[in-house]
Amino acid sequence: MLRKLLIGTALASGLAFAAHAEDVKEVQMLHWWTSGGEAAALNVLKGDLAKEGYAWKDVPVAGGGGDAAMTALKAMVAAGNYPTASQMLGYTVLDYAAAGVMGDLTETAKKEGWDKSVPAALQKFSVYDGKWVAAPVNVHSVNWLWINKAVMDKIGGTEPKTFDDFIALLDKAKAAGVTPLALGGQNWQEATMFDSVVLSTGGPEFYKKAMNDLDDESLKSDTMKKSFDNLAKLVTYVDPNFSGRDWNLATAMVIKGDALVQVMGDWAKGEFHAANKTPGTDFLCYRFPGTDGSVIYNSDMFGMFNVPDDRKAAQVALATATLSKSFQSAFNVVKGSVPARTDVPDTDFDACGKKGIADLKKANEGGTLFGSLAQGYGAPPAVANAYKDVVSKFVHGQIKTSDEAVTELVKAIDDAK
Amino acid sequence: MSSVATTQIKLTPERSRASVRSRLQDALPKIVLAPSFAITIVFVYGFILWTIYLSFTNSKTFPSYAITGGRAYQRLWRWTFDTDPPSSWYTSITNMGIFGFLYILICLALGLFLAILLDQKIRGEGVLRPIYLYPMALSFIVTGVAWKWFLDPGLGLEQTLHQWGWTSFHFDWIKNKDFVIYTVVIAGVWQASGFIMAMFLAGLRGIDGEIMKAAQIDGATTFQLYRRIVIPLLRPIFLSAFIVLAHLAIKSYDLVVALTSGGPGGSAWLPSNFMYEYTFKRNEMAVGSASAVIMLMTIVAIIVPYLYSELREKPR
Repeated sequence: MLRKLLIGTALASGLAFAAHAEDVKEVQMLHWWTSGGEAAALNVLKGDLAKEGYAWKDVPVAGGGGDAAMTALKAMVAAGNYPTASQMLGYTVLDYAAAGVMGDLTETAKKEGWDKSVPAALQKFSVYDGKWVAAPVNVHSVNWLWINKAVMDKIGGTEPKTFDDFIALLDKAKAAGVTPLALGGQNWQEATMFDSVVLSTGGPEFYKKAMNDLDDESLKSDTMKKSFDNLAKLVTYVDPNFSGRDWNLATAMVIKGDALVQVMGDWAKGEFHAANKTPGTDFLCYRFPGTDGSVIYNSDMFGMFNVPDDRKAAQVALATATLSKSFQSAFNVVKGSVPARTDVPDTDFDACGKKGIADLKKANEGGTLFGSLAQGYGAPPAVANAYKDVVSKFVHGQIKTSDEAVTELVKAIDDAK
Repeated sequence: MSSVATTQIKLTPERSRASVRSRLQDALPKIVLAPSFAITIVFVYGFILWTIYLSFTNSKTFPSYAITGGRAYQRLWRWTFDTDPPSSWYTSITNMGIFGFLYILICLALGLFLAILLDQKIRGEGVLRPIYLYPMALSFIVTGVAWKWFLDPGLGLEQTLHQWGWTSFHFDWIKNKDFVIYTVVIAGVWQASGFIMAMFLAGLRGIDGEIMKAAQIDGATTFQLYRRIVIPLLRPIFLSAFIVLAHLAIKSYDLVVALTSGGPGGSAWLPSNFMYEYTFKRNEMAVGSASAVIMLMTIVAIIVPYLYSELREKPR
C-alpha cells in the first residue's frame, strides 16, 4: 500500500516516464471461486500466468459469496481503484460497461480470433458497443437431468424423451418408494428448473420470445400457463422437506440414491465428481425431456477494467490465457462446464462434457442457444428476480393457479422493466 | 515598590500559563470528541441524507444524481396493497409487525419472569445467570444456523422425536410459508430474553428491601407485591428494554438469512431483507433507499417520543 502511494507521488511529481517504462507484473483478481474444485480449476490459470512472469493477487472479499464480491467491487470502482479483472455475471458486465469503467480488449480479441470462436449469444455480454470488455471463462447449461443410475436400473426406467415420459418415470420412482425429484426450494433453483420446463413446453421459439425478449403476448399466453401447470405437476414429486434446501444437498440426495433425479445446471456434475462417481456407470446426464438440441446457458466472465497503462500488459496476458484452448479445456474439465469457445478439442472431457460441447456447438449454429432467465442471462437482474419471485411464490402456494401466475408474471416483469 | 513590581511581572506569565492550561483543559474533551463527532456526522447523518436523496432519483446499479420524483415511493405504496398474492414489500412489513410485536412482548414477559425467579435468592444463581445471558454473546448468524438445524423436520427436533418413537409428532413451521416468521421469533427470543432478564434482575436488585418488607407487613400477597409494587417500580427498565428490543427487531436481517434464507417463496422477509435485495441484488437502488427511509421513519416514530420524554424530565 505504502509503495503504491509512493509510486503515486512519484507519478505526480513528473517522473511518469520512469514508472511507465516498467509494467506492473501483477494481476489483481476479484472472484469468489474459493471452494475446492473451483479453486483447483483456477490454479491452472495462476500457473499459466506464472509461466509468463505475472504474479497473481486475489482481491480479498469478506463473506465469500458472489453478492459480497459484487458489493466489494462496487466500492472499489466507486473509489477508482480498479482490479485488473473481476469474475462477473451477465448483465453486471454491461452495467459496468455502460458506466464507462471497463477496458478495451478488441485488439487482443482480433489477434486471437475470439469473434469467430466465441458463440454469438455469449458475445452479447462480453462485447459492449463494439468493444470486447470481458473474457468468457466457460458456458454452463441448465437444461440437464442428473439421474442416479442404480435407482434408474432398479425401477427399470429409460431416458425420458418427452415431458409425459418424464412424469411416467417419476411415477415409477414414487411407486418404488424413492423420492422422485430432488429439489431445493430456493427461488433460484425453482426458477432454474422452470427455465427448462418453459423450453420443453413451448419449444425454442417460444422460450426466446418469452424469456429473452420478454414479449407480453408470450408471457401471458396459454403456453406459459401450460408451463406453470407442468411445473405444478413436477412439484408434486418432491419430498415434503424440500423448502429452503441448498442445491448441493439436493444433488447429494441423488448421489446417495435417496432420490432419482435432479434438474440442475451442469455445476451439479462437480458434486458427482467430488463423490468419485463416473458418468454412465454411477450417474446419467440427459437433456431435460423435450429440450434436446437447445441449450439454456449461463456463463462466468472475467470483466476487464480500464486499468492504467502500466497494468494493461498484465490484463492482456490474463485475457489471452483465459481464452487459450489449453486453459479452457483444463479449467472446464474440473469445473463441470464446457469451454466458452467452440473450437476446443473435447478429448479430456467425460461423456457428459462431450455431450455438452457437442450440444453447444449445435445450438450455436442452429440459433437455439438461449440465456437462462433464472441465472440472469435472459434479462437484467430486476426482471430476473421478479421472475424468480413469481415462480417461487407459485411453487410455495402464495400464487395458487397458473392463471394467476401468468398475470402476476406479466405485472412483475412490467414493473421491473 | 520594586518588590511589588517584581511580583506583578512574575505574576503575569504565570497567570497566562495557567489560563492556557485551563483553557486546554476546557477544550480537551471537545478535541478528543471531535473526530468521533465528525465521523458520526458524516457516516451516520450524512449518509442518512444521502439515502433520502437517492430515494428520489432513479438510481439503478449505481447512484444517479438527477432527481426524478417519488416513483420509488409510489411503487412501495402500491405494493403495500398487493395482498393476494402478497408482494414482497407487503410480506416484509406484515412480517415486521408480527415479528416486532411478538419478539418484544415475549422477550419482556420471559425476561421479567426469569428475573423474578432468579431473584428468589436461590442457590447457584451465579451459574444460572450466565447460562441465560450467553446466547446474547452469539452472533445472529450462529443462532440462525443452530436453530435452522434444530427446527429442520428432516434433521432436528422432529426427526429425533420420530426416532424415539413419537412418530405422530409434526413440527414443520420452518418449511411452511404461513408459519416461518414465527420460527424467527423463536430464535430471536431465545437469543435476547436472557439479556432482558439481566436488565430486569439489575432493576429488581435496585428496589429497596424496606418497601417490600413494609408491604409484607401490611399483608400483601406475593402476587400483589409484584403486581402493585415491583413491576410499577421497574417502569424505567421496561422502557430501556423496549428501546433495545425495538431497534434489534427493526435491524434484524442476518437472523432471517441464516435461519430461513428468505423462507419459502420469500415469506420470511423483513424490510431489511427487502432493502438489501433491491439495492444490491436487483440493482434498484432507488427502491432500496426508499424502503430504508421508511424503516428510518419507523424507528424515528419510536425513538423521538422516548427522547422527548427523557429530555423533558432532565431539568427537574
